[in-house]
Amino acid sequence: MPAGATPDHAIWKLAAIGTLAGAFSGLFGVGGGTIIVPLLIFWFAYGERLATGTSLAAIVLIGLLGAIAQGGLYGNVHVGTGLLLSIPAALGVVIGTAIQQRIPQRAVSYLFALLLVAIAVELILS
Amino acid sequence: MSELAAALICLAGGMTGGLVGVGGGVLFVPALTVFIGLSQVEGEATSLLMIVIVALVGSYRQHGYGNVRVREALIIGALSPLGVLVGVALANHISERVLQLSFAALALFMAAQLVRRARTAP
Repeated sequence: MPAGATPDHAIWKLAAIGTLAGAFSGLFGVGGGTIIVPLLIFWFAYGERLATGTSLAAIVLIGLLGAIAQGGLYGNVHVGTGLLLSIPAALGVVIGTAIQQRIPQRAVSYLFALLLVAIAVELILS
Repeated sequence: MSELAAALICLAGGMTGGLVGVGGGVLFVPALTVFIGLSQVEGEATSLLMIVIVALVGSYRQHGYGNVRVREALIIGALSPLGVLVGVALANHISERVLQLSFAALALFMAAQLVRRARTAP
C-alpha cells in the first residue's frame, strides 16, 4: 500500500462521501464538490490541494453517471453552446489550479468557506 | 454582448472550480439561462456537460501537480448514483424548505469548521 493511501477499513467513509455527494447534488443541484472537499479534509486529513484535486476527479465520474442517469438528458443539452463555453471554462480551471499551487493551502479553505456561506445564503433566501 | 458576458462568467466558473475543487455549475447555469437564454432544464443539462469537461481538464492538471488520489476519487464517484436515489427518497418525505434549511445549516457548520481548522493548522 502506498504511503498515505486509504486503508481498507476506511473505504466505507469514501462510500459515505460518494453517497452524500450524490444525494446533495440530486437535492440541491449543487455539485458534489461542495460535500466532497470538506469531508476529505475532515475525515481523511487531506491537505486542501489533495482534497480539491481528488474532488475534481470524482466529479468527472459523477457528472458522466448523472448524464447517463438522465437518459442522455432527453435532448436538453445544447452541445454546441456547451462545447463553445467550455473553452473559457476550461481555460479558467487551468488558471485556477495553477493559482492554487502558488497560494497557501489554508487560503483555499477560506475561499471554500466563503463559497459555502454564499450557498447557505442562497438556500435560505430561495 | 451577452455571449461575451456568458464566456466571462464561465471563465470565472472554471477558475472557481480549479481553486476550490468544485464543478463550477454554480456559475455555468446562470450564464446559460440568463445570458444565453436557455431554459432552466436546458441550462442544467448543458452545465453538466461543461462540468464534466472542466473537471476532466482540472483533474488532469491536478494529477500533474500530484494532487489526485485516483482510486479514492473512483470510489466516491461510483457511489454517487446511490446517493441520488437517497436524495430522491428524502425529497419525497421531507419538505423542500426543511431540506434547504438543513443543508444551509450544514454548509455554515462546514464553513466554520474549515476556518477553525485552517486557523489552527501549523
